[in-house]
Amino acid sequence: MSADTNALLDVRDVSKAFGSVAVLRNVSLEVKRGEVVTVIGPSGSGKTTLLRCVNFLESYDSGSIRIDGKEVGFREPGTRQRRSERDLAGMRAETGMVFQSFNLFPHLTAAGNIMLGLTKVRGKSQAEARQIAEHWLGRVGLAHKADSLPAELSGGQQQRVGIARAVAMEPKILLLDEITSALDPELVGEVLAVVRSLAEDGMTMLMVTHEMAFARDASSRIVFMADGGVSAVGPPKEILAAETSNERLRSFLARFRASHF
Amino acid sequence: MLSQILYAIPFLAQGFAITLWVSLLVVVLSLIAGVALGVGLVYGPAPLRWAVRIFSDTIRGIPILVLMFFVYYGLPAIGLHLQSFSAAVLALTLFKTAQVVEYLRGAVGSIPKGQSEAAMAIGLTFRQRLTYVIFPQAFRRFLPPWINGVTDAVKGSALVSLLGITDLMQAINQVIGRTYEAMPLYILGALIYFAVNYALSLASRRLERRFAFIRE
Amino acid sequence: MGYTLNFNLIWRHFDKLWGGLLLSLELAVISIAIGVVIGLVLAVWYVSAGRVVRGIIAAYVEFIRNVPLILLVYLVFYGLPTVIDVAYDAPTSFVLTLSIYSGAYLVEVFRSGLEAVPRGQLDAGKAIGLTPWQRLLHVRLPTMLRITLPALSNTFISLFKDTSIASVISVPELTFGAQWINFNTFRIVEVYLVTTAMYLVTGYTLLFGLRLVERRFRAAR
Repeated sequence: MSADTNALLDVRDVSKAFGSVAVLRNVSLEVKRGEVVTVIGPSGSGKTTLLRCVNFLESYDSGSIRIDGKEVGFREPGTRQRRSERDLAGMRAETGMVFQSFNLFPHLTAAGNIMLGLTKVRGKSQAEARQIAEHWLGRVGLAHKADSLPAELSGGQQQRVGIARAVAMEPKILLLDEITSALDPELVGEVLAVVRSLAEDGMTMLMVTHEMAFARDASSRIVFMADGGVSAVGPPKEILAAETSNERLRSFLARFRASHF
Repeated sequence: MLSQILYAIPFLAQGFAITLWVSLLVVVLSLIAGVALGVGLVYGPAPLRWAVRIFSDTIRGIPILVLMFFVYYGLPAIGLHLQSFSAAVLALTLFKTAQVVEYLRGAVGSIPKGQSEAAMAIGLTFRQRLTYVIFPQAFRRFLPPWINGVTDAVKGSALVSLLGITDLMQAINQVIGRTYEAMPLYILGALIYFAVNYALSLASRRLERRFAFIRE
Repeated sequence: MGYTLNFNLIWRHFDKLWGGLLLSLELAVISIAIGVVIGLVLAVWYVSAGRVVRGIIAAYVEFIRNVPLILLVYLVFYGLPTVIDVAYDAPTSFVLTLSIYSGAYLVEVFRSGLEAVPRGQLDAGKAIGLTPWQRLLHVRLPTMLRITLPALSNTFISLFKDTSIASVISVPELTFGAQWINFNTFRIVEVYLVTTAMYLVTGYTLLFGLRLVERRFRAAR
């Protein structure tokens, strides 16, 4: 039962199937405090599903996911007894998530998007929440857009608000799900710059991305997933090396280079 | 002829008040019941979803008139005695509730799944997600068909006259019974219904524009 | 409660319900057919007309749509013959009313359909040298029909249900038959259960039939 006390996020033997299709097979992975771990792999390899299991947007069939020693979706590992709605909400507030499609609330301003969780979940006053929202909007370079509606922002700006919304809750870990995939190429840089500065501040992150150059520069470790399982883990240099002995990883990288460089 | 109609105006006004009262009751009660059942239909467990689905499809599949006779004549047979007014309001409310359920399902269903997920991800509970994220957005899509439906409720209320309730429709028929001025009175009645419903539909168009905060 | 269902009397008088249902369908089909003609003609006229004609058509549509059907039924059956020299029986009067009523709803359906026909389709029609009439007949109407079919099906079903209002002027359709059995046998719950079932089965059969037609049209695209 003794989990590694160093690990902030501890994923153990997690499996999940949609009907008869196994999407996760005995996935185990650890993220230590302050680490940036990047998950790469071909589409359909289960990367996004794994991320969504970490904050229990999706349930899993077996195994255990712990954040700071606390089981995420279930009352106790093994019991399969779902946490109460209120409990789950509390757990989710401990993880921040940034989505591929931004998912900003279109009826709220940029500041309003950030303030919603602060006031309703963290119980902060409007004034205090507003201050925090302005602080984080400043951090992502959008102080002047506090009162704009999402529809008035560019894709890159929307995604920066999405990041601010997640980090303003002071989560223990930030989950980034292909956050630049829906952006025009010229807007990718501004979003990645924000992520990089958060990493420099010591934010713990687990991200799924196709930006290999960014993964190489920003990650402490890279996890390569294939067919629902972890196929390789290691420091970026090791994983992204062209002469890797992992057959699958090599063909993935080869195909990736062919199409992206 | 004109004097006879003028003489009948207070009586017609009373009927009109009943028409408005019935419509208001139906609209408010069906809104509450319909939103509750609609949320059950979208988010509830499977048995509840099925129950609401069957309720809605059955009620919407039969004429309101049949529903009203069923409630009015049928309930006493199983020991439930309702005044004609309550029976009429109950029947109209059942029908309207089924419609509201569909409006709500359509409105909530049009909101991308990512909105719920983003709300979950910042730790909002189910009720908070509905209150602060889903409903404010669904409201805009819910409003136009719902207000159009309000005019349906006003029109449908004319059927209560068949249970002997003196609403505007019944009042008109009674005045005709005394004066034999059928055409002028029916036209007067039509104009009154038209005025109310047309005003409502104009209001709905204006509201629709006001709540168009999401650009698509 | 102590109520026991007994359908014997219903089956004895079932011809009232069955005959009523057939009449309901007849009323619906004739009224809808006339309504479709009214709707098509006025919709085509509307989209190409000047302001005055548009105003008149809009007034017709708005007026009818905002007045209870039951009042229109009374007006045509009891009111109209007092001011103009016409004589008709109740079923004819009801068909007249429901035709005018359905026409108003169908103008709206067809008009929005016509306006949703993509410009490019019309330009393509012009480009291959079709006359305005040919464009209407071979390009605009077929496309419009495909766009409006779902709304059209719903309107048809709704109009079928509206035939129950004919019972208020003693047209012996299904609802009238149900009331007759209600008052003459007092097997009240039974008769409305059977009547409800008959409306549901007929309505959903029609709906599924129309959905099949929709699917064929979509496949033909």
